[in-house]
Amino acid sequence: MNPTDRNPKLSPGEDGFEMEPELREAISNFKSSVDAWSESAISRPREVTAPARTAWGIAPKWVLGCAVFVCTVSGGVYQNHRQQESAKIEAARIAEQQRDLAAERAKEEAELMARVDSDIARQVPSALEPLASLMDESQGTGN
Amino acid sequence: MIDATAEANAAQEFDTVVAGHRMQIFRFLLASTRDVDMAETLTQDCFLKAHRNWSGFRGESSVLTWLMRIAINLQKDHWRNRRIQFWRQTRTNAVDLDEASDWLPSGERSAEQRMLAKEQVSHVWRAVENLSERQRTVFLLRYVEELDLKEIADVTGMGEGTVKAHLSRALAKVRKQLGEQK
Repeated sequence: MNPTDRNPKLSPGEDGFEMEPELREAISNFKSSVDAWSESAISRPREVTAPARTAWGIAPKWVLGCAVFVCTVSGGVYQNHRQQESAKIEAARIAEQQRDLAAERAKEEAELMARVDSDIARQVPSALEPLASLMDESQGTGN
Repeated sequence: MIDATAEANAAQEFDTVVAGHRMQIFRFLLASTRDVDMAETLTQDCFLKAHRNWSGFRGESSVLTWLMRIAINLQKDHWRNRRIQFWRQTRTNAVDLDEASDWLPSGERSAEQRMLAKEQVSHVWRAVENLSERQRTVFLLRYVEELDLKEIADVTGMGEGTVKAHLSRALAKVRKQLGEQK
């Protein structure tokens, strides 16, 4: 039996298209093939397969994970380094402040001592200084 | 009580629709995609969508026309999404043309006739693969699903003249492909 005989829709000129016998036969075989395939496929048990995890699929996740880890660790190290640096600077500033304070105190002390020394070195109190000068003059005329 | 009975009737009615048209929808999607898994998934989606909108179906067109329209839209959406998500690792299970041509009904044919038929089917598949989306849809609806021009126009939303033009071009390409085999 010619397969085209089974398909009345393929009769020549049915929808205005003239078809040569070979084309009709080819299209009819095509339809039979699709029918056979779909009947077989629809009755088969459906397989559920998990999507394959390829190395390329996992690689970006590893790269991202490593990048996060490196950033976290290097961030901690950098933070620690910065804290140490600022602690050193602070210690140097305090030491300089203390040195300045000590120098200022030493200067004040030296000035005080100089003033005391000059007071002790004086021969007569300042209120008697005019009289003392008179005595010096009379001693001179007596000679 | 009345509501429950109506719901049960609607469910039964829809079951009949699924049983009556599942094969046809699946076959059309399989021929369009050459991918059994995708055809099954899209067929399920088609009936799920139809079920959700079953109460809204007014019977203005035949149930098959309505279901085919849903199937064609789902197929278009699927390809559109796939094109948009081109960076995703998508894997297609579409069988190659030779494998698709292996399917022939076991009839009373000689080995030579089967060989010849297989070759013809392979050439038609090759031609179908090179058709535009619209030409392929029209060709499959006409010569696999055996809808007439008016039904194809209803399903695709094209005018009958446009359907005829697409069909004519599709046939010309199939004819050319068959001519090249000689």
